[in-house]
Amino acid sequence: MSVAVVRFPGSLDHDSAVRAVHGLGGTAELAWHDDRALPAGTTAVVIPGGFSYGDHLRPGAIASRSPIMRAVVDHANAGGLVLGICNGFQVLCEAGLLPGALRPNATLSFVCRQVTLEVSDGGTPFTETASGPLSIPIKNHDGAWYGDPDRARVVLRYQGENPLGAVDRVAGVANEAGNVMGLMPHPEEAVDPLLGSVDGCVLFRPLVAA
Amino acid sequence: MSQPLHRQLGLTDAENDRIPELIGRAPSDAELVMFSLMWSEHCSYKHSRPLLRRFPTEGPHVVQGPGENAGAIDVGDGLAIALKIESHNHPSAVEPFEGAATGVGGIVRDILALGARPIALLDSLRFGRLDSARSRHLFTRAVAGIGHYGNCIGVPTVGGEVSFDDRYEDSCLVNAMCIGVVPAGAMLKAQARTPGNHLVLIGNRTGRDGIGGASVLASAELSHDDEDKRPSVQVSDPFTERKLMDCCLELAAAGAFVALQDLGAAGLTSAASEMASKGGVGIDVDLDLVPLREQGMAPAEILVSESQERMLAEVAPERLDEVVERCRRWELDATAIGVITTTGNFTARHGGAIVVDIPAAALTDDAPTYAVPVDPAPTPAPTPLDRIPMPRDLSAAWMELLGRPNVASKRWIYERYDHLVGANTARRPGGDAAVIRIPGTGTGLAITTDCAERHCEADPLGGGAATVLEAARNLACVGARPAAATDCLNFPNPEKGATGWRLQQVIEGMSLALEALDVPIVSGNVSLYNESPERLIYPTPVVGMVGLMADASASVGEGFTGPGDLVVQIGSGPVRLDAGEWLGDATGAPPAPDIAAEVAVIDLVVRAATAGLLQSAHDVSGGGIAVTLAESALAHGIGCEVSLPTGRRPDEDMFGEGGGRIIVSCHPEHLDQLREMAGTVPIAQIGTTGGRTVTLRMGEAGAELHVEQIRDTFESALPKALT
Repeated sequence: MSVAVVRFPGSLDHDSAVRAVHGLGGTAELAWHDDRALPAGTTAVVIPGGFSYGDHLRPGAIASRSPIMRAVVDHANAGGLVLGICNGFQVLCEAGLLPGALRPNATLSFVCRQVTLEVSDGGTPFTETASGPLSIPIKNHDGAWYGDPDRARVVLRYQGENPLGAVDRVAGVANEAGNVMGLMPHPEEAVDPLLGSVDGCVLFRPLVAA
Repeated sequence: MSQPLHRQLGLTDAENDRIPELIGRAPSDAELVMFSLMWSEHCSYKHSRPLLRRFPTEGPHVVQGPGENAGAIDVGDGLAIALKIESHNHPSAVEPFEGAATGVGGIVRDILALGARPIALLDSLRFGRLDSARSRHLFTRAVAGIGHYGNCIGVPTVGGEVSFDDRYEDSCLVNAMCIGVVPAGAMLKAQARTPGNHLVLIGNRTGRDGIGGASVLASAELSHDDEDKRPSVQVSDPFTERKLMDCCLELAAAGAFVALQDLGAAGLTSAASEMASKGGVGIDVDLDLVPLREQGMAPAEILVSESQERMLAEVAPERLDEVVERCRRWELDATAIGVITTTGNFTARHGGAIVVDIPAAALTDDAPTYAVPVDPAPTPAPTPLDRIPMPRDLSAAWMELLGRPNVASKRWIYERYDHLVGANTARRPGGDAAVIRIPGTGTGLAITTDCAERHCEADPLGGGAATVLEAARNLACVGARPAAATDCLNFPNPEKGATGWRLQQVIEGMSLALEALDVPIVSGNVSLYNESPERLIYPTPVVGMVGLMADASASVGEGFTGPGDLVVQIGSGPVRLDAGEWLGDATGAPPAPDIAAEVAVIDLVVRAATAGLLQSAHDVSGGGIAVTLAESALAHGIGCEVSLPTGRRPDEDMFGEGGGRIIVSCHPEHLDQLREMAGTVPIAQIGTTGGRTVTLRMGEAGAELHVEQIRDTFESALPKALT
């Protein structure tokens, strides 16, 4: 029983994701981009935030074709949980595991800000225990989700504002089965009162329980 | 007729004559280029070094003082905190995006060279007024460059400061500060040790970029070929920097490095000669082994290229394979380009021939030093109040001040920076100081950068002290005790006018305040010649200061936290409009700080915050108490009613600066305890919190603003000024 946190060159938030899992009593292990298989005993996967491969070509484009991703796709297709955060969301969209794409923010600038999220779909494994609005920070340059919200399983929306210019205020989506989810906000930055919010824990807890 | 080569390179005739005395023969062209760079002000501090000796640099917790790539202090838990601030002013004025970005990259590598993990960045910026299109361009592109680099390497940019003034129209300032953490026993030095060990160059390939300091390199006289001059702008590659960080930290943790050094100004020349001379050894480098971006680079070009994202490590022969293998895993070049020798010489080979062979210490320790002229400028008198027009509508004047870019919210800037990555940011940008949790501990580290440049212009001695005290006050406001400082002295040409005297006076004033606070300077940087024929910058000695608190989650904010609390002023020194934000010039003298009194205020606020007596704390700085109270009200939308029965003119009451004051709020039941704790430090209850307005009474006069009005003006001013 362990959460695999995938690390690419340029990943930045892998250690914070590992700490978030540990903080909830789970175990976590880093998986290297060049590996062919996930660590033995992996029950859930996190693709963390950062600038994998320096965002060269397109954010997430190169990482989505790295060797470890074949193992992640197999894990997802077998029904295993996969959570993509920020750059991880971009990677999952590039890998075809999630619908839509992430475009440059409407401001054409990086945006780092605490935002409030509404849970649009409480039926996924990630959001079963989520109630009420979640206060979680965003920090990205290419986070405006683009796609058809009627043909995607929208899990999270920005409440009251649309800071990045996403279609229909979409902040996070899941695949049809609900076991793969991506979001632009950073729940690993909201797991400790010191950081100003613990609302990110609800998204990590299912990974630890998997 | 063209100038002799040494003059084109910036060496004086006397300096040129000194070189043969040191090396016993005439230098080769490559050697002359190396001397010209190593003996430049930037590398040798030849005009500032004698003055810098004044700074207090010692303390029981100092584990690395000035002289290495960064300074460091022991913070307990077996950890040391490394800190350093550095300028990248001239590159940023030429190409603001890459200039500012590579400034961030350079300071991060300075911290990395100690084997420390970079955990926070701050930026101190000065630009011309934003009604200048050129200044808007430089400012927005510099902010973009800082964000581009800092965001991509995953080091949070947690603070800094910026102001806009005509004095910086021609010479903008971009100073970057970095903080790192390293196990106290595992700190590395840039000091070569053991002959026979390898010198390993890690990271980016070496190209012709960044040979700006010696642009004559590409000229026909030197290279004897017809190649066009190449662009000399350094190019940033934050992705490689991140890999370099990750890889070097893994190798440092494994104990694979004997010494580590970053390649900055003057590239390999500076890095290798400093390693050799500090260690009292020699180095022998084969330039044919240096991985190059392009073919046909001359030896001198390879030796002084400032290509970014490179580190130089001393590695024992038995660890070389491990280092190369680890770098390959990170997809980084790692090449053994030379060895440590016993000769004490910097030897470089190219095409089988020796092209450089000079004592390493001649480049570093034998650099000349010069005493700058210290001709005092007259200190201006205070401006008589009757010469300062009294605003007809105090509320309108207050609002106008809050809407000036120098006073208004800097959200537009800091929301472009990732200030959270690492999940340790306990207090975000926008307040008096940022607070981060030192990774793996519960300890809080507060960080700020400050400078009172107009004060330094009018009264450099007082301004130097005021700069240091302002930084310490900002740390105290969040509840941290000041522990160490780093400085970046940005000045005009010290050889002309009163600049040398101002430099000396500022250093003296800073030192007096640092000694009173018991805060050592552990690292620093000097940037001189920031002037154009039309404009000299203000003396701008930026201070970066760190402070400690036992519990990172117990920091105090600037905002009132609820209604019914008491508003209390701590400190009561003299207050004046001169050199403040309201007048926005430096024609009159501000009050000189009473250092002992201000230190007592700082100490009291730290103790009161630690004891849990304070609901908020915010210092009185740019724009006076009216701005302080507006910001405290704005943070959580809680107003206040305050009386200032001082008998001063109301505008001086509201906007006057100085006096080392801190405005705190506390629960009524804590006031007695606070008074008792204060002893002889002046404290006065001046009002209460509550409501949705900020109301000020100055005798018969009054001013009032609604919190929402303040918010609209305060938050929109900077974005509006940029459109």
